[in-house]
Amino acid sequence: MTTTASTAGSPFEYAPAPESRAVVDIASSYGLFIDGEFTPASDSGSFKTVNPATEEVLAEVAEATEEDVDRAVRAARRAQEKVWGPMPGRERAKYLFRIARLLAERSREFAVLETLDNGKPIRESRDVDVPTAAAHFFYYAGWADKLEHAGYGPDPRPHGVAAQVIPWNFPLLMLAWKIAPALATGNTVVLKPAETTPLTALLFADLLRQAELPPGVVNIVTGARATGSALVNHPDVDKIAFTGSTPVGKRIAQEIAGTRKHATLELGGKAANIVFDDAPIDQAIEGIVNGIFFNQGQVCCAGSRLLVQETIAEELVDRLKARLSTLRVGDPMDKNTDVGAINSPQQLARITELTDAGTAEGATRWSPDCELPSSGYWFAPTLFTGVSAAHRIAREEIFGPVLSVLTFRTPAEAVAKANNTPYGLSAGIWTEKGSRILWMADQLRAGVVWSNTFNRFDPTSPFGGYKESGYGREGGRHGLAPYLIEGSTY
Amino acid sequence: MSTTTPTSVAATGPAGTGTAPATPGSADRSAAEIADLARSVTGSALLDDTAWRRYLHGLPGVDKVGADGRAAALGTRSIKTTSKAWALDTIIRMVDLTTLEGADTPGKVRALAAKAVRPEPADPTCPSAAAVCVYNDLVPVAVEALAGTGVKVAAVSTAFPSGRASRAVRLADTRDAVEAGADEIDMVIDRGAFLSGRYSQVYEDIVAVREECRANGHHAHLKVILETGELATYDNVRRASWLAMLAGADFIKTSTGKVSPAATLPVTIVMLEAVRDFRALTGVPIGVKPAGGIRTSKDAIKYLVAVNETAGGDWLDPDWFRFGASSLLNDVLMQRNKLATGAYWGPDYVTVD
Repeated sequence: MTTTASTAGSPFEYAPAPESRAVVDIASSYGLFIDGEFTPASDSGSFKTVNPATEEVLAEVAEATEEDVDRAVRAARRAQEKVWGPMPGRERAKYLFRIARLLAERSREFAVLETLDNGKPIRESRDVDVPTAAAHFFYYAGWADKLEHAGYGPDPRPHGVAAQVIPWNFPLLMLAWKIAPALATGNTVVLKPAETTPLTALLFADLLRQAELPPGVVNIVTGARATGSALVNHPDVDKIAFTGSTPVGKRIAQEIAGTRKHATLELGGKAANIVFDDAPIDQAIEGIVNGIFFNQGQVCCAGSRLLVQETIAEELVDRLKARLSTLRVGDPMDKNTDVGAINSPQQLARITELTDAGTAEGATRWSPDCELPSSGYWFAPTLFTGVSAAHRIAREEIFGPVLSVLTFRTPAEAVAKANNTPYGLSAGIWTEKGSRILWMADQLRAGVVWSNTFNRFDPTSPFGGYKESGYGREGGRHGLAPYLIEGSTY
Repeated sequence: MSTTTPTSVAATGPAGTGTAPATPGSADRSAAEIADLARSVTGSALLDDTAWRRYLHGLPGVDKVGADGRAAALGTRSIKTTSKAWALDTIIRMVDLTTLEGADTPGKVRALAAKAVRPEPADPTCPSAAAVCVYNDLVPVAVEALAGTGVKVAAVSTAFPSGRASRAVRLADTRDAVEAGADEIDMVIDRGAFLSGRYSQVYEDIVAVREECRANGHHAHLKVILETGELATYDNVRRASWLAMLAGADFIKTSTGKVSPAATLPVTIVMLEAVRDFRALTGVPIGVKPAGGIRTSKDAIKYLVAVNETAGGDWLDPDWFRFGASSLLNDVLMQRNKLATGAYWGPDYVTVD
């Protein structure tokens, strides 16, 4: 594998710096993790998971049937009633702290596996995904023995069994966001990772055994849509937590309507990243790049709509193009890679379809001059200018490294354009004027508003959406609420 | 897998980006040309404090958290084998080997000069350092020791390091060094004047010192030390950079090395952004020199990464980027040898001065 250097005319070519994959053992096949044991699927069904950067098959993974899901839910119910629910919070905290420490200890293994299975640059899995996942376990471990002080009554109680379905863009981090608060509050879990990225969840199951977590407290069932549907519709599930696409989220909401099940849904987004003419320009450029090219733009809160004040639009786009030309696209295992592979051929097809629509609708498309690898799923960082609010690329979530640039003239227009979307997950504001930041944050219909930064994740801060971006919050004290029934014992 | 990253900044970047910087001589503009450029950029014929204030405070701000974050991210680049060999030799070629102590003697300066010329006597492939940087009175010693070697003599003039003397004294100081044959003058700005908003005074100081560098047929290169540790904010660093560039500095330099903090990576990045933007606006390339506190190859390589990814590969040249350092060279030599032989020398195998 070779990676050639970035800047024009530079004699400074970064030699390839590949992370070793020897730190992780990938088995040829994996079973389902139910009641503390790995077991095959009841009908021996399986599917393959591939490395999106090379199309190499990494492993065969068992496909859970309805029967397997039922077994997992029953194991979770038993564990909840007999062990995990009655256990004092301070004891549960010890397990969570142990999981957090083990994640930190085995961070390199997890980072490498995440990059192999997902296609994201090792720089991101190493510096963001794994440390943030460990931080979530540390954070919620701290809450486990303080739930009566969390503002949910003096005696808040767990729902029982939580069914959790997570996406492929941050496989380990989303697992941590789901499992940590559920366990801290005394719920047990059946989790289904995405079918294209199950491996870190299965390694996490191994870590749970190392942590000696009681059997059944966390169960991991792998599979695709049918498995997810069986899990969500299982009658003995009390609480559903789903992160993924808006269409699937809507279907879940419809399916559970009229049942006793509670749900949190964290769905799509089409975030506005708003740059005023007094912004700290160089940091804004970095924030725009981080906002849309982080994880190849496969981020629900990605800043995919850049709203620039007209007075600086031309200069900003010039600077952005120059910066994009220094992005290093290629082998995700190379420590110097900035943009890795698209997770699956299906996703690549979706990005291609939407960007083609952008061109057809008359927007001006630009990509830096970069040669993409011949195997694997790749999409060059792409910039659209001359985008109108009516274009599909300005309205639909692309979930790829594609930025649409729109302009505005006044703060009120920026707010109106930013809010003119069915989504409302995140937004960014770039200005040196503090009062404007506060005013804008108040006006924007988005769950997270970043000012002079973008795509920052912290376990202490709640995350979630308005409108079609879903409901409920994850992270922070707010992230406890969906897993607790308010207690009224005085 | 073969991957390639983009190569086309020039086609789309701001005017001037992507073309190679002109040779140092082309920055040799007349005082009138410099003043004309300053007037046209600031949009003011007067160039008084009000005009400067309006212009400098109108520059885009620098967000500290973001700038520090960018520096930290660039610091994680992994540099291996062939890139590292190139980087180590380039660092040696960029070093201004410096001794700035009250206890300096002619003997020490001669020793330093010998080391600058042949940093690794046993290895003829080892390049020379860029310059030897000394106090004014030792310029004649350095000039004699370095005659014909190609290694430049740099002198810290203008009442270094505080700059707290009358303009007449500072100009006389500069004249001494230039007359004694210094190739490069490292001047300090009056930070007190800058911080109290007397920008025109700082501008005029730099213009006057520059005139002194070019007086009587001399051609000394002017490096303007901003002493960023005393300027305190990144906004001030950016403003001082633009003020110095518009006043005709050939180089902008972070620090004297006498104030803590001296050079830092984020400050250097802010200055690199300024020279990048200045060239885009005016076509004039300016050099950057971090000085003070850069002691290890690992740190120096982070600076090269920042140069490469901020100003661009054009700046990876001793004409456009220097390190002001005394102990850095030894660490680079030890790393260089380790790369060549696989064995680590330890400090007893390189000279202490």
